[in-house]
Amino acid sequence: MLHQYKLNGYNIVLDVFSGSIHTVDDLAYDVIALYKKKSKEEIISEMLNKYKNDKTVTENEISDVISDIIELENSGKLFTEDEYKDLAFDFKNNNTVIKALCLHVAHTCNLNCEYCFASQGKYQGERVLMSFEVGKKAIDFLVENSGSRKNLEVDFFGGEPLMNWEVVKQIVAYARSIEKEKNKNFRFTLTTNGVLIDDDVIDFANKEMYNVVLSLDGRKEVHDHLRKNINGKGSYDIIVPKFQEFVKRRGNKGYYIRGTFTHNNTHFTKDIFHMADLGFTELSMEPVVCSPDDPYALTYNDLPVLFEQYELLAKEMIDRQKKGKPITFYHYMIDLTGGPCIYKRISGCGSGTEYMAVTPWGELFPCHQFVGDPKYSLGNIFDGVNNKEIQNEFKLCNVYAREECKDCWAKLYCSGGCAANAYHATGSVTGVYKYGCELFKKRIECAIMMHVAQADIK
Amino acid sequence: MKRIQTIETRNLKASKKTGGCGECQTSCQSACKTSCGVANQQCEKYLEKNK
Repeated sequence: MLHQYKLNGYNIVLDVFSGSIHTVDDLAYDVIALYKKKSKEEIISEMLNKYKNDKTVTENEISDVISDIIELENSGKLFTEDEYKDLAFDFKNNNTVIKALCLHVAHTCNLNCEYCFASQGKYQGERVLMSFEVGKKAIDFLVENSGSRKNLEVDFFGGEPLMNWEVVKQIVAYARSIEKEKNKNFRFTLTTNGVLIDDDVIDFANKEMYNVVLSLDGRKEVHDHLRKNINGKGSYDIIVPKFQEFVKRRGNKGYYIRGTFTHNNTHFTKDIFHMADLGFTELSMEPVVCSPDDPYALTYNDLPVLFEQYELLAKEMIDRQKKGKPITFYHYMIDLTGGPCIYKRISGCGSGTEYMAVTPWGELFPCHQFVGDPKYSLGNIFDGVNNKEIQNEFKLCNVYAREECKDCWAKLYCSGGCAANAYHATGSVTGVYKYGCELFKKRIECAIMMHVAQADIK
Repeated sequence: MKRIQTIETRNLKASKKTGGCGECQTSCQSACKTSCGVANQQCEKYLEKNK
């Protein structure tokens, strides 16, 4: 399967199943599109007619392009066949280790963000904090179920995890204390709204957290419109100086300034560039996840603007790189040579199998977006996973489980997408959240174009 | 090739033999938490090799 597209002056051909990417001129672009549909003679005739005003396009030239295509096909870089289907089901079904937990250390929040999928941190339940005992047991549960996996990830999530900061520190200390003996390497992440950041948080997180995710929606008016405190006051002025200090002292350690865009700020690049103006370079901006009935929900009419925004962002990033002032956008970070292997690409996000969310009382859910939905309770950290029926649903949830993905060129980049988004959009974890697909495909096109442009710069 | 340039990429078919160690980061655990894919994950073996 091929995907051909034109963007920012580049003609790009993506060979889906080998992962090969080619940048071609107009003639080669057209010949590749015709190659499987028409005979050599028909292609030559059609091309000579189409390019009759271009003296460089001769019969020999067209024949050379066809020879090049044959060479690429023979070397497995063009028109490669799909041979991964059985692999997908076998791999995920046999893979029973857990390697990542999202610890909901606080089902409460000091902000009252309108669009929060966790309902102001409570996940449709009571306000509650995780105890150290539960956190410790969660770490033990992860170690016990991680098999030979060395790298284990623990994300401190909420609600707002800094509202239970002492317990976070205790859990980290406990995990570090058993790391060597258990031959594990813990990578901690903290996702925070920033309100409670102080010197202690900065020092500890910069020592222990592999990554920190700092929530900021961009421009003050955009951020304050939805990210308000309990009294309805915007949080921008409180958190921005804290984030700046946090990042300044973080050195080379990973962080993301992470925003959410909604129907209210479809021109979201203004918010991304605002983040950059504030001195941040590692940026992420996500489409809002909400009911279509919410006033800020993205609509199909927004799509052309969003596509244009993604393109604008990619072009601006190329420009900033040329000027020696690069910024990183999470969704454009594709490592073409060091990216995921085919197993990763076909097995899905890992929710419910290798990744689970733990509530403050130790209940397990397939991921943070299923917390609060009793149907998706998997079990608990004390007795393990007992809802095998639901877990099996997730085990079989991969890119090949979705009929809609069958002919999609982007399937080895998204791996079928987010199970929670699919569930909320269609009622099934193996459904497809089509709106998300549209945005995802656009982002991948832009990300690949940026690589092509970078190769061009070099 | 005069009219076709190939960008260096990981050979996915070859990774059938070399991949699958599972040490890589879980997709949703990094920055997005709401709209994940796998494209922007890095191969742990590759990272280790190129340290």
